[in-house]
Amino acid sequence: MQMQISMPVEAQSLSDAPRGAIAETAPAKACASKLGFWYGNMQALKGLDMEIRDKRVTALIGPSGCGKSTFLRCFNRMHDLTPGTRYEGSIHLYPDDIDLVSRDVDPIEVRMRIGMVFQKPNPFPKSIFENVAYGLRVRGMRARALIEEEVEKALRDAALWDEVKDRLQSSGLSLSGGQQQRLCIARALATNPELLLFDEPTSALDPIATARIEELITALRERVTVLIVTHNMQQAARVSDYTAFMYLGELVEFDATSKLFTNPGRKATEDYITGRYG
Amino acid sequence: MVTPKSPAPFAKSIRRRRARDRVIESLLLLAGLVAVFTTLAIVWILVAEALPFFSHVPLADFLTDTMWTPLFAEPRYGILPLVAGTLVTTFVALALAIPAGTIIAIYLSEFASHRVRESVKPALEMLGAVPTVVYGYFALVMVTPFLQKLLPGLPGFNMLSAGLVIGIMIVPYVASVSEDAMRAVPNYMREGSYAMGATRLQTATRVVVPGALSGIAAAYILGISRAVGETMVVAVAAGLQPNLTWNPTESAATITSFIVQVSLGDLPHESIGYQSIFAAGLVLLVITLAFNIVGFALTRRFREAY
Repeated sequence: MQMQISMPVEAQSLSDAPRGAIAETAPAKACASKLGFWYGNMQALKGLDMEIRDKRVTALIGPSGCGKSTFLRCFNRMHDLTPGTRYEGSIHLYPDDIDLVSRDVDPIEVRMRIGMVFQKPNPFPKSIFENVAYGLRVRGMRARALIEEEVEKALRDAALWDEVKDRLQSSGLSLSGGQQQRLCIARALATNPELLLFDEPTSALDPIATARIEELITALRERVTVLIVTHNMQQAARVSDYTAFMYLGELVEFDATSKLFTNPGRKATEDYITGRYG
Repeated sequence: MVTPKSPAPFAKSIRRRRARDRVIESLLLLAGLVAVFTTLAIVWILVAEALPFFSHVPLADFLTDTMWTPLFAEPRYGILPLVAGTLVTTFVALALAIPAGTIIAIYLSEFASHRVRESVKPALEMLGAVPTVVYGYFALVMVTPFLQKLLPGLPGFNMLSAGLVIGIMIVPYVASVSEDAMRAVPNYMREGSYAMGATRLQTATRVVVPGALSGIAAAYILGISRAVGETMVVAVAAGLQPNLTWNPTESAATITSFIVQVSLGDLPHESIGYQSIFAAGLVLLVITLAFNIVGFALTRRFREAY
């Protein structure tokens, strides 16, 4: 199957910039070094080194089973919930310079600072308001007025406020799939995460809902660092500043999105993005 | 595509399949109706046998008289002492079983490792297989003497001991059914909660329990029905004296223990004393039904269906 990668105009123009030009504009938000990960005896990630730039969107692409979701889930220690998993190496979060995967760092504290949006929209079976307020309540916030303010702000940031402001007390599950996913984004934004992880956030959505989520991700770049796993290469090209291509648990190539999609440095990357395999 | 030579063989097989479907459907319907008819038959027997009783005893006396002495020379037919006995033992049992059962269910579903869960759950369910008469003697010869050390002056037959043992008896039901309901909450709900920085306990109490509430309520209702209908434990350990009291440290009879006491005796079938057990049974049915309806209404009000 031959896949046509259409580059947005904006990204095309970026590709003219000298390589590394964007990199210099943004400091590192997180840095994985020699990151390895095991499910029992199965090694899923092998010696990954990668820098996530602050206030930029970084996309992870690669064929199924290449470890991109596994890599993403290291950042908020979701693997800690599965018995028999093990991290190796480090992921440093800046500017505090804490090692996210260190045994001495409490996974709860990590998840307090790093938000996540899942593949399937998973709002809680609670009201729209309570869904967004969840993170605040978990953090012990009580003041009603403050919670209301934060909920409204998060819903506005997730471009959902106008659609739900008159029915904040109805169930989060009464929304459409795309709205549910934006509700989940609002839920994650309400606690002001430093880094927001997206695990194939549009794979369960129709094209129109997908376009809205993509717009939202592009807008979010102003205030939060985004790391997104996607199956869809056009999506990576549309929303991201940087793209990492992973294969068999290893990082094959990592570069500015404009560069990686137009002039990949490795044969494997080229084969994948032109649809020769994967 | 292969075109059939003639439509006849297909039409025949379709007809045959439809006929077979109809037969199976009717068999399934029949199986379902057995339960419905059994319930209707029980209600009919209770009402039919209780009617002659109510032609002798006015309903107002039955519901307001404070003495239940149908076997005395001068019989009194006030159901209140038996209702009080039933409610007191039930509440004592639930006060133990609902918190304990819920906590055990939360532990097994959200905290225990796979190995612990797989060994504790069968053991717990085995508790439910012990004959209730064994629990009755457990109450009488172990729990009551123990309670008498804590509460001097506690009579040998008392509702507290019987209620607590009924509670122990229904903990496995409450825990097991609640745990099943919590396990049925999809994992992506838990992941969503953990990803927000919630602890295991917060995830359990704020997401899993509300999500599983209808199943948990079903567990409670099952427990309540068992407690209301429990017979042997109260017959053995609570005493068989109808006694209008709300104090669990006294001895009393319940509706069920009265029924078993009379059924085992040699009262003639046409006597009012014999018919009184049907009136009592009818009250028992109404109490169970009331608990079910209240439980159902509360569940609808508070559940968070996923």
